[in-house]
Amino acid sequence: MSQIITANDLPTGDVVYWTGAGWTRDAREAALVTDTAAAEALGKAEVKARRVIDPYLIDIELVDGKPWPTRYREIVRASGPSVRTDLGKQAEL
Amino acid sequence: MARVEIKRKSAEEATAAGEIVSGGITLRFRDDADHDWRHVEGDADLPDGGAVVVPLARLAETLDLNRFAAVGVRLAPADDARALAPYLTRLALVEIGFLTFRDGRGYSAARILRDDLKFSGEIRAVGQVLADQLFFMVRCGFDALELDPSVREETALRELERFQLVYQKAADARAPVWAVRGG
Amino acid sequence: MYQYDSFDAAIVQTRVEQFRDQVARRLSGELSEEQFRPLRLMNGFYLQLHAYMLRVAVPYGTLSSTQLRALAHIARKYDKGYGHFTTRQNIQYNWIRLEDGPDILADLAAVEMHAIQTSGNCIRNITTDQFAGAVAGEVVDPRIWSEVLRQWSTFHPEFSFLPRKFKIAVTATEQDRAAVQWHDIGIEILKNAAGEIGFKVLAGGGMGRTPIIAKVVREWLPAEHFLSYIEAIMRVYNRYGRRDNIYKARIKILVHEIGIEKFREEVEAEWQQVLPTHIDVPAAEVARIAAYFTPPAFETIVPPVAAHEAALKADPAFAHWVARNVVAHKVPGYAIATISLKPVGGIPGDASADQMDAIADLADQYSFGDVRVTHEQNLVLPHVRLADLHAVWRKLVEIEVATPNAGLVSDIIACPGLDYCTLANARSIPIAQDIANRFADLERQRDIGELKIKISGCINACGHHHAGHIGILGVDRKGVENYQISLGGSGAEDASLGELIGPGFNDAGVVDAVEKLIEKYRAIRQEGERFLDTYRRVGAQPFKEAVYG
Repeated sequence: MSQIITANDLPTGDVVYWTGAGWTRDAREAALVTDTAAAEALGKAEVKARRVIDPYLIDIELVDGKPWPTRYREIVRASGPSVRTDLGKQAEL
Repeated sequence: MARVEIKRKSAEEATAAGEIVSGGITLRFRDDADHDWRHVEGDADLPDGGAVVVPLARLAETLDLNRFAAVGVRLAPADDARALAPYLTRLALVEIGFLTFRDGRGYSAARILRDDLKFSGEIRAVGQVLADQLFFMVRCGFDALELDPSVREETALRELERFQLVYQKAADARAPVWAVRGG
Repeated sequence: MYQYDSFDAAIVQTRVEQFRDQVARRLSGELSEEQFRPLRLMNGFYLQLHAYMLRVAVPYGTLSSTQLRALAHIARKYDKGYGHFTTRQNIQYNWIRLEDGPDILADLAAVEMHAIQTSGNCIRNITTDQFAGAVAGEVVDPRIWSEVLRQWSTFHPEFSFLPRKFKIAVTATEQDRAAVQWHDIGIEILKNAAGEIGFKVLAGGGMGRTPIIAKVVREWLPAEHFLSYIEAIMRVYNRYGRRDNIYKARIKILVHEIGIEKFREEVEAEWQQVLPTHIDVPAAEVARIAAYFTPPAFETIVPPVAAHEAALKADPAFAHWVARNVVAHKVPGYAIATISLKPVGGIPGDASADQMDAIADLADQYSFGDVRVTHEQNLVLPHVRLADLHAVWRKLVEIEVATPNAGLVSDIIACPGLDYCTLANARSIPIAQDIANRFADLERQRDIGELKIKISGCINACGHHHAGHIGILGVDRKGVENYQISLGGSGAEDASLGELIGPGFNDAGVVDAVEKLIEKYRAIRQEGERFLDTYRRVGAQPFKEAVYG
C-alpha cells in the first residue's frame, strides 16, 4: 500500500500534505512516500521548524493517477464534512 | 512579597535553531538565606554534615542523625504531604517534584503544607516547572521555583506578575476579588 | 443576568493578553507543541479533523442578545458563518485559525465572554437548567450558585492540572434538566424546613467508556459551606484520582474503586482541614451575585390572553408548536419558548450567523434580551409574553428554527462525530439526519411522544448515548462504521443507564432498527406511557425480538 505524509498547518490548522518540496492543501498533489524512516524524520523536522503539527503517514490509492486516502477518516480530512459538502476542500479545490 | 532572588546554575546559551536553553534558573521568594543543598538519592550514603535533601523514605533516619546544618525532603508526586507532619519543625525545605507539568498533585501537597500544616519553611517546585504554571504554584504556597531549562527568565517573571486579580482564596496573601469588591 | 464589574473584566482581559503571549511563544518556538497543547486547550482550542476548533463558554447556558450577536460576528469573521451549540451549553466553531485566536478572544472579552477552561483537565463550564429564573418551582435561581462556582473555578491554582476534565452541573427544581446525576459533581439546591438554602451534593457520575450514575456524598450542605466542601472533593480527587490510565482518570472511577462510603469519609476529613482556611465566599458576595439574577420587570397579566387564544384556534401549526415547544412560565401571561435547532434533516445544534442575529433581535424585542442554550442543543427564549408568542413563532418559522419537535424523536442529541472530530470512530450527524427524515411526518412524531435519541460517534459519549431512551454508539468495525443500540437510558431526574440490546448495525440498518423499536413500543404501550416507561415496564426482550427477530 502506498502512503503520503499528512499534518496540520501550525498557524491555521489546515490539513496539509507533503509534496516533496513543501506542503499542499490538496491530497492529490502529495508525493508518495518511498522511505518510511525518511518520511518520519521529515515530519519531525517540519514540526521542529514550526510549520506543522501532528504529522503522520496515511494509506492511499491512486485515483486517476493521483493519491487519494483509503481510510474514511482521512477521506473526510481530505474533503471536508460529509454533511456540509458546501464547505472545506471539497468545495474549494 | 519577599525579595526575589534569581540564581543561575549556568549561563544562558542560544542554539543555532533559535531555541533558548537557560539552564537551571531558580526563583526564590524568601528572606532567609539559601543553603548549599546536597541531594541524596535512593539508598546512597548520607554526607557527614551540611545541608541535605533526602527522599521521604529516608527522612526519619536523616533527622535522627542530628548532624546536619539543615534537612530538606523531596516529595514525589504520589507522596502524602501529611506524612511530613511530625517532622515539619525540623525541616527547612520541602521540594515537590513535578515529573511532568501535567501532574497537578504537587499543588495540593503545597496547599496542605501551608494551609493545613502551617509549614513556614521553603517549598520548592522542581522538575518540569514551566512558565505558565508558576503563578498557580506561588498561589498554592511554593516560594521557590526551580525552572525547567526551557523557560526563559523574562517569560517566567512576566507570567508571575501577569494577573493582578484572583477569584479565589488560596495559600498566598492575595485577596480574592470578593474581598476587595466594594472596598 | 450576571454582568462583569471592573474586576471580572480585568481578569478576562488579562487572559486575552496571556493567550496572545502564549500563541506568540508557540509560533516563535519558545513553547513546544507538547507544552502549548494544554494551554490552548484551557483556552478552548482543539485540533480537529479540518482545522482548529474553538469552544466558547456560555456560562450556565445564559446569553444576552449582545453576546449572541457577538457569536454571530465571530462565525462570520473568523469561521464559515455558523456555530455548533453543544451538550455542555457551549458553542464551538469548526474552522478557526490559531493565529486569529487572540483577536477572537478579545472580541469575546468585549461582550463579557471567554473560552476559559472549555477544555483541558480542569473544571469546565458550569451547566444548569436552561429554564432557570423562568420556570415555576425553583428553590432559587441556580445561576447564582453557578456563577459562584464559575468565579471560584476560574484559574483555580490547585485544580488546573487534574487527572482529567471535571464537569459540575447545578439544578434547583425537582425536574432535572441539567443531567446532574451524570456529572463529576452534581448539585441539587434544596430548601429545608427552616427555609434555609442548602445543597445535596452528588459525585462520581459520568459517561464515557465506563458510564456511572453519581452517588450522594452529602444529603444536606449548608449554603455557607458550599465552596469549601466542593474544594474538599476536588482535593481528594486531585490527590487520589488515577493518573496512570486516561480511561480511569475521572472521579467516577475513584469513587467506584474506593466506594462511596470511603470517598465520603475522605471528603469530610479533608473538609475539616479546608474549613479553617475560610475560602467560602461571604453571604454579601452571594447576595451581590444574586442581585444580577433579579427577575426582569414582568408585566401583570391575567390570563387567558385573548390574542394568544385566538391565534391558537386560528393557526393549527402554531398550536402544535406551542403544545410542544412552549412550557409554562412562573409568571402568569408569560411563556418559555424552545427554539429548535433540529430541523428535520438538519445538523443538530448548528445555527447560522444570520439565525443567531435574528434570534438576538427576537430576544431584544420579546424576551428581555435573554437567550438560553440547552444541553439538548437547542436555544430558548425564556420570558415571552403569551400575547407575543405568535409573532415570535412567525419569525422563527421564517428563519427555519420553528420545528415543533422539542423532546420528540427528531430532537436528537448528536456529537459532531467523524465529520468533524478527531476522536470519532463513526459519523453521528448523518444518522441523526436519517432518523429525523424517516420520522419526518410530525403527526407520527407526536403520536410517538417523548423519545430521547442520543448519538455518539465514539466511546467518549459526547452525544450522551448512555442517557438516551434510545442510545446509539458509533464504532469502527474493521474500517466500517457500525452502530450499537442501547435502550432505557435517562438524563433526567430518573437517571438511568441504557443497556446494549445486541449486535450493531450499519448506517442504514440502524435507522430501520430504530423504526422497529418504535413500532414495537406503539404496539405494546399502555395509556400515557412514554417509550421509556414502556421499556421499563416490559424490559428489553420484546424490543430485542422486534429488532433481531
